[in-house]
Amino acid sequence: MIATTTTASARVYKLHARPAWRRLLLTREAAIIALLILVIAVALATVRNFDSPLTVTYLLRDVAPILLIALPMTLIIISEEIDLSVASIVGLSSVTTGILTNAGWPVALAALTAVVVGIVCGVVNGFLVTVVGLPSLAVTIGTLALFRGIAVGLLGTTAITEFPEIWTDLAKANIPGTPVPAIMIPFVILAIVFAVLLHFTPFGRSLYAIGLNKETAQFSGIDVGRTKFILFVLSGAVSGFAGVYFTLLYSNARGDNAMGLELQVIAAVLLGGVSIFGGRGALHGVIAGVLLIGTLGSALRLAGVTSDIINVITGVLLIASVVSASLLGWLQKRRTAAIGKRKGRAGASSDAG
Amino acid sequence: MFGMQRKRRIATTAAALAVGMTLLMTGCSGAGGGTPDESDGGDDANLSITMLPKNLGNAYFDTSTGGAEEATEEFGGTFEEVGPSEGTPTSQVQYIQTAAQQGTGGLIVSANDPEAICDALNEARDAGVKVVTFDSDTNPECRDLFINQATAEGIAKVQVDLISEQIGDAGQVAILSASANATNQNAWIELMEEEFAANHPDIELVETVYGDDDDQTSFDKTAALLQTYPELKGIISPTTVGIAAAARYLSTSEYKGKVALTGLGTPNQMREYVEDGTVAAFALWNPADLGYLAAFAAQALITGEITGEEGDSFEAGKLGSFEVDEDASVLLGEPFVFDAENIGDFDF
Repeated sequence: MIATTTTASARVYKLHARPAWRRLLLTREAAIIALLILVIAVALATVRNFDSPLTVTYLLRDVAPILLIALPMTLIIISEEIDLSVASIVGLSSVTTGILTNAGWPVALAALTAVVVGIVCGVVNGFLVTVVGLPSLAVTIGTLALFRGIAVGLLGTTAITEFPEIWTDLAKANIPGTPVPAIMIPFVILAIVFAVLLHFTPFGRSLYAIGLNKETAQFSGIDVGRTKFILFVLSGAVSGFAGVYFTLLYSNARGDNAMGLELQVIAAVLLGGVSIFGGRGALHGVIAGVLLIGTLGSALRLAGVTSDIINVITGVLLIASVVSASLLGWLQKRRTAAIGKRKGRAGASSDAG
Repeated sequence: MFGMQRKRRIATTAAALAVGMTLLMTGCSGAGGGTPDESDGGDDANLSITMLPKNLGNAYFDTSTGGAEEATEEFGGTFEEVGPSEGTPTSQVQYIQTAAQQGTGGLIVSANDPEAICDALNEARDAGVKVVTFDSDTNPECRDLFINQATAEGIAKVQVDLISEQIGDAGQVAILSASANATNQNAWIELMEEEFAANHPDIELVETVYGDDDDQTSFDKTAALLQTYPELKGIISPTTVGIAAAARYLSTSEYKGKVALTGLGTPNQMREYVEDGTVAAFALWNPADLGYLAAFAAQALITGEITGEEGDSFEAGKLGSFEVDEDASVLLGEPFVFDAENIGDFDF
């Protein structure tokens, strides 16, 4: 009883007996979305200049790499793995774009190659995790250093800053007539693809099974290794694309680009309601989580709060969200145990009734 | 069953509310902190100045911020310092964007990267912000003015002047530089050689050694220099790492007070060696003056007194009048000489 209510809630009939609106609204994802709306409302009311269209442009432009990488990261964390090397892949992709453009390649071809480099990085991660069978935490800490090392080694301490203006302008362009950056178009497409993949395909549902219990998933006929391999390759590809965007946005290819981005991505994913122990989470929560951290930072910066304080607030928010989830789980367990005691062995039958 | 559901719902709501309230409070107090930029100077001009150093918590930039704040008070503007906690190339972009959103009058930047923040600066300028760079410039087309701390000629000359004064304008001197291919140092050394040849015929420059801006290497090279040239009367180290390492060697050796040492250093590194008599004087620019001048330059741009054209001139309070040189740059002046008299006034 305890195990079924806390870990496999989707399969408990009781929850589906509740009205649909309640099932949708009383979730962590809904809480994060509500919090996001609250932050936006408070910022609009109290922070000067927050209501300018520039805010939307800058905010979305800045969080775009995090938004992009959070998509595959969500899938990876749901299947109880982690990819810490994403920021290093961004750096390597950035350097690749820079070096090839500098060598006279057309930007489109250089960008495509950079994405392929990202895919290769993902293959390396996937190979080490699934074929060699090492834990992804150890593997990606290693490749975090490895890919970053290659990136810095290729370009040294120099930076490549000459890119055709047509491409850098494209990276900064807005969707005509709106303050929304054009990078949101590929993001929305990718978000839809990932949402469908995660929530509406057998592949995506199998990630939850893997995250909850690898062995059970394996015995249920899921090819756990192949599934995880695909996830790491997806992560590499999206990180490679984010690297190209990062390079063109700042007209700057450097080995140390996007240093530390992996932690921002993971923080946002966890804030969005994905369990670090796997098996739980949804994409709309993650997107709200990324936007929440981004909006909070933007509003606080506008209000003149220093970066250290912003980091403290973001950290407290993350811890509060994780603690509140555990607290809820604990309350629920205690409640269930109490009912179990009162009704003797009736715990299981109460589900049916 | 009902009890359980209700309890869970209440807990969810309570948790969400608690987090929301925390945010609300931090959001409000945050907004309170930003009030200074609401008063926009006296006249029509928007004299709000935002200072964006390479990173916060750096004594050098704290000093320049102090200078800029002093200047802003003098001309009656509002002042704010923002910045990332680490000096990565793109970390300044968000702060530039914030300044543009806030409609800051003038933005004073020390660039972590000459190119990476260029587009953001230009967007801010399109939004009406006047951009002044100091300490580290961006590409000239990305800013309105650059406040140059010193010219290569000025840096070379002050070091030659200091050493010749300290050794009585005659004898052997050596140079302890950074790495053999350090662009700045090599340019200065070349100018110093010219200056020695032209104006100090009795001084012989015996050797230039390279400490690679590494403390231990510089220390060892100093020891080697003194053994190779027993007649050596002075050492010039045009790098902060080198001069500190050389001073450390000299202060504990028999050469203390006999072999002169000068160059470019920071007061905090050199304080004990100036106080114990190992070093008589060394040079660098004064970051407080640099910030002060940058703030006045921003003010002159905001009021329209200057546009950044070559030949424009403006008043900068206690520092006097300055003229804009080519590439829209303004020179702070001769490097600043630190000695036992004034070193106590500085903390960077």
